[in-house]
Amino acid sequence: MNGLRKFIDNIKPQFEKGGRFSYLQSTFDAFETFLFVPNHTTRLGSHIRDYIDMKRTMSFVVIALIPTLLFGMWNVGYQHFLSMGESVTLWENFWFGFVKVLPIVVVSYGVGLGIEFIFAQIRGHEVNEGFLVSGMLIPLVLPPDVPLWMVAVATAFAVIIGKEVFGGTGMNILNPALTARAFLFFAYPQDMSGDKVWIAEHGDAMSGATPLGNLLTHQPLTTSASDMFWGFIPGSIGETSTFLILLGALFLIVTGVGSWRIIVSVFAGGFGLAAFFWAIAPYVAPDNAYMALQPWYHLIMGGFAFGAVYMATDPVTAAQTNRGKWIYGVLIGVMAVLIRVLNPAYPEGMMLAILLLNVFAPLIDHYVVEGNIKKRLKRIPVKA
Amino acid sequence: MNNRESLFSAKNRRLLTTPLGKENPITIQVLGICSALAVTVKLEPAFVMTISVIAVLAVGNMIISLLRRTIAPRIRIIVQLVVIASLVILVDQVLKAFVYDVSKQLSVFVGLIITNCIIMGRFEAFAMSNKPWPSFLDGVGNATGYGIILIIVAFFRELLGSGSVWGYQIAPQFLYDWGYKDNGLMILPPGALIVIGIIIWVQRSRDKELIEEN
Repeated sequence: MNGLRKFIDNIKPQFEKGGRFSYLQSTFDAFETFLFVPNHTTRLGSHIRDYIDMKRTMSFVVIALIPTLLFGMWNVGYQHFLSMGESVTLWENFWFGFVKVLPIVVVSYGVGLGIEFIFAQIRGHEVNEGFLVSGMLIPLVLPPDVPLWMVAVATAFAVIIGKEVFGGTGMNILNPALTARAFLFFAYPQDMSGDKVWIAEHGDAMSGATPLGNLLTHQPLTTSASDMFWGFIPGSIGETSTFLILLGALFLIVTGVGSWRIIVSVFAGGFGLAAFFWAIAPYVAPDNAYMALQPWYHLIMGGFAFGAVYMATDPVTAAQTNRGKWIYGVLIGVMAVLIRVLNPAYPEGMMLAILLLNVFAPLIDHYVVEGNIKKRLKRIPVKA
Repeated sequence: MNNRESLFSAKNRRLLTTPLGKENPITIQVLGICSALAVTVKLEPAFVMTISVIAVLAVGNMIISLLRRTIAPRIRIIVQLVVIASLVILVDQVLKAFVYDVSKQLSVFVGLIITNCIIMGRFEAFAMSNKPWPSFLDGVGNATGYGIILIIVAFFRELLGSGSVWGYQIAPQFLYDWGYKDNGLMILPPGALIVIGIIIWVQRSRDKELIEEN
């Protein structure tokens, strides 16, 4: 470690103003602060600096994502061999999925960080750390056999149109990873959902749909609740195992990185509306399989849990005030279930619900703050 | 009259050119967005739409300018609407007679030129207080500025969304064999919004004067 520190200190002057590589300053800065705690000092205003800077915060989210990623790799292999009717060892399952998933992760990080570095150089600011998380989230919300060029195009779209146009990390209105998914969802719908997504490569293998896709086509639900909870179902890479997502949620809440208010309120909102639909289903729409679904199924199916824990809590795009977070979370849960049940065109409502509420988060905050000001104004004694 | 302006004096030329860039109706004034979303899926209808708007706006501007002293201010909107509506009906009939297929593709959007804010905007802002010839030039300039954006947007939407330009297949077959697919987002209206947004972004980063102070 000391050697590395010395090496960086040695080459540092060349990257500073007037140095030989001064045009690469932001690139250098990115690597230095990634390897070591930054030694920046505050010039103005508050002089207390927490060393937990954004890179560290982001690393915690990446750590929280690793269990779902590893399980996702294993599950890709498991589903593949299951559909071919073969039973293989844990290691073989994992290896198959690893080979499938790793290129997606590499492409996502490569393209995204490449664009981040280019923008940082052109605009002369630090490289934005935000992509450390987005680069991991993008592969996790995609189906495992998505073509790599689509991953590259979607990542580029998410970083440029979703983020850099608005001024980079911290300025974006929409969650970049969901922007990537939404882009693919609308641009190449056949590759993103439906029964074609899960075809294994071999001709004799069965094609399978995700449980949400099955419901849409009015087929009975064949997977058990426990399978859905533990994650032995087809689906996007990172979303299947509700258990591991909850584990990640626990980690995020304990470290203070994720907001428990948002996570709890998303689940509460989704459960509430799903329960309401479940109660009225026999009277209003007996043939809507979605509506008749027991409410807890909604929470463990599809991307609901994943969205609630990793996407809705994105500190940049979520509501900032505490009361705003409750409203924001509940509305996400409600919208997600609403879209699932009532809109037959979209089997999964979580992505659209979060993106919609991302747009409304500043408005929610605005009214929470206004409301607070009004309440406190009333406390001022009226001058006689 | 010696001090009479020549037909293409510097001032008149500016009427033609500023709407193409600095005062572009779509990217700067953000007018006429609705039809820019609706008719830009393919290049051909966008082109026909451009020609129609140029015709309506140029002739309409001139007519309003000729009438400007006789129109009572209270009823000027109605008079303007009558002029636009008559011109739009003329254009619609011509399209139906000569390019029936395109006319069917454009469907209601030819009729909706009546509600295109650019046209009313130019009548009010320019033709009501200027002479016929400058009004004519102003109409051609603004409609062309609108049309240029329409054609750029349609070019990218058709290229990326259908792999073709003006109906001719551009994306080669081997690309599709390798797994390339046309981008469905570009065919949906949000595709047009995204392309217009990118044009605005490029224009503003090239011309710093356009960036608003805040």
